[in-house]
Amino acid sequence: MAVHVALPNPKRKDDWREKVAAHLSVGAIYLVLLLGAVLIFFPFAWTISTSLKSEQQTLEYPPTWAPDPVQWENYPDALTARPFGRYYVNTAIITVLSVVGQVVSSAVVAYGFARFRFPGRGLMFLIVLSTLMIPFHMLIIPRFILFKYLGWLDTFAPLIIPNFFGGAFSIFLLRQYFLTIPLDLDEAAKMDGANAFQIFAQIILPLARPALGAVAVFEFVSTWNDFLGPLIYLSSDRNYTVSIGLAAFRNDYFTAWHLFMAASAVAMLAPLAVFFLAQKYFISGVALTGSGGSKG
Amino acid sequence: MSVADSGRKWSLTPRARQALNGYLFTSPWVIGFLIFVVGPMIGLIWLSFHRWDLIGDPRYVGWRNFERLLSDRLFRKSLEVTVIYGLGRVPLGIIVALGTALLLNNRRIKFIGIWRTIYYMPVVLPPVAISLVWMWIYNPRYGILNSTIQQLLGVPGPRWLDDPALVLPSLMIMAVWVAAGRNMIIYLSGLQGISDELYEASAIDGAGYWRQFWRITLPLLTPIIFFNLITGMIDTFKLFTQAYVMTEGGPRNQSLFFTYYLFQKGFEQYQMGYASAMAVVVFIIIMALTLLVFRWSKAWVFYEGELTGSN
Repeated sequence: MAVHVALPNPKRKDDWREKVAAHLSVGAIYLVLLLGAVLIFFPFAWTISTSLKSEQQTLEYPPTWAPDPVQWENYPDALTARPFGRYYVNTAIITVLSVVGQVVSSAVVAYGFARFRFPGRGLMFLIVLSTLMIPFHMLIIPRFILFKYLGWLDTFAPLIIPNFFGGAFSIFLLRQYFLTIPLDLDEAAKMDGANAFQIFAQIILPLARPALGAVAVFEFVSTWNDFLGPLIYLSSDRNYTVSIGLAAFRNDYFTAWHLFMAASAVAMLAPLAVFFLAQKYFISGVALTGSGGSKG
Repeated sequence: MSVADSGRKWSLTPRARQALNGYLFTSPWVIGFLIFVVGPMIGLIWLSFHRWDLIGDPRYVGWRNFERLLSDRLFRKSLEVTVIYGLGRVPLGIIVALGTALLLNNRRIKFIGIWRTIYYMPVVLPPVAISLVWMWIYNPRYGILNSTIQQLLGVPGPRWLDDPALVLPSLMIMAVWVAAGRNMIIYLSGLQGISDELYEASAIDGAGYWRQFWRITLPLLTPIIFFNLITGMIDTFKLFTQAYVMTEGGPRNQSLFFTYYLFQKGFEQYQMGYASAMAVVVFIIIMALTLLVFRWSKAWVFYEGELTGSN
């Protein structure tokens, strides 16, 4: 016991010394953070820089950062070398329909899991969760054959339709959120004569905006950026998405890095725009799945 | 409304109605699960015992596909490459993300929102575009990385993606660049969920920063680390785009990732049966690994519920 008394008491330390140390360490943290930010921006800067160079300049050694001359026409050149406008429209159609399907169907299913008791519910939800861990890439071959028999190959259907049956991750996220909505609200609406569907549409959905937004933005990014799916299911050029168009573009030219970088920069635009506009949903999604709290 | 009302009168008990509603609302998932998961799984197993090039009829070959797998050097290589990559990339990703999160979790740091935005950004970008950009960065002669190395260190840089020994580390670095920020935010939200009282109590006991880190912070983050471990493992087995766009499995098959090899067998060589047998085997391997990690997790993953439960 007496030993404890002999230990130095942190409060007796000089105040200013502590403050200086704290400021120094904060300075060091900023430095590390800044370095991290530089590392993040480095590839972007290199992309933009290259996208404005002449082909000749891209093949100069050693490479330089500043494009000289600045060649803006790389952008129209790259975007017309292949029908990227068409690819953009295709990707937008696939993505928008997938997002709608995923959000609506997952919300319906999550509502079923969150609000009703029925035999087998626990087991079913366990299966939903376990499908989160199934490596679905292993099923590309039988799925391809299934879609072939359905006559869906080289259409957008294989990329869109499965989204209308709920996704495990979205169902999980939405169910967790629905469970935080007080049951009293349901009860009150029931008193007023609302049926299950009305409660879902008029009470649960409006209150679950942050979770629905999170599901929507995650689905947007994963569909917009999908590569293997479109690569397997789409074969004619007019059906290509931006991602496979970009890969095909690279195979057309092979060394036209100024054009590849221009096309890549444009391919990054849509997801980046969605990210900046809907940032709070990305963050609330992380919070919902990471720690259970929401920030929406 | 009136229809619904009258319906209630003539039929079900509240309990049966609950169950009916439950099945009704969850039915989309059940249907989708049967069509897009269970069906293809049965199909996969069936196909793995057949030989089929998509033209003509599938022919039953018994266990021959599986026997062939045993002597397929490239199949073994693809597993090796995938596992080595996972063993490097998953821990590296966890360390970088957790480290950055610990840095950012300081009340004196301003503009958290802006830092968060910057660090999150790469993960929303199309993998094909990222792959092209990094190929160009890694270009041994005209890339900016080697010229920066030359300028800063005065030595020529390595050949990155063209070097059999460096192709996997190069891809790991790129993967960390992509995902570390998002994972950092997940850790950060975990860190901010740890109550100050725990730290205050241990500070009174004289615990310093590192002691607190090992005794409080890290144990409370183990569920997130575990989550990262599982998703990292699955992502590794899914890795495809980089192999297709950047390396085509090379050099010398050093980046022949499993999914890429599966794609080659199935969609370039049309050996649907053989590719299915590959998928079946790897499916079993992944499931076994996942189970193992889950088992093992009981030894080190700490759930706060356990703590409050015992109090």
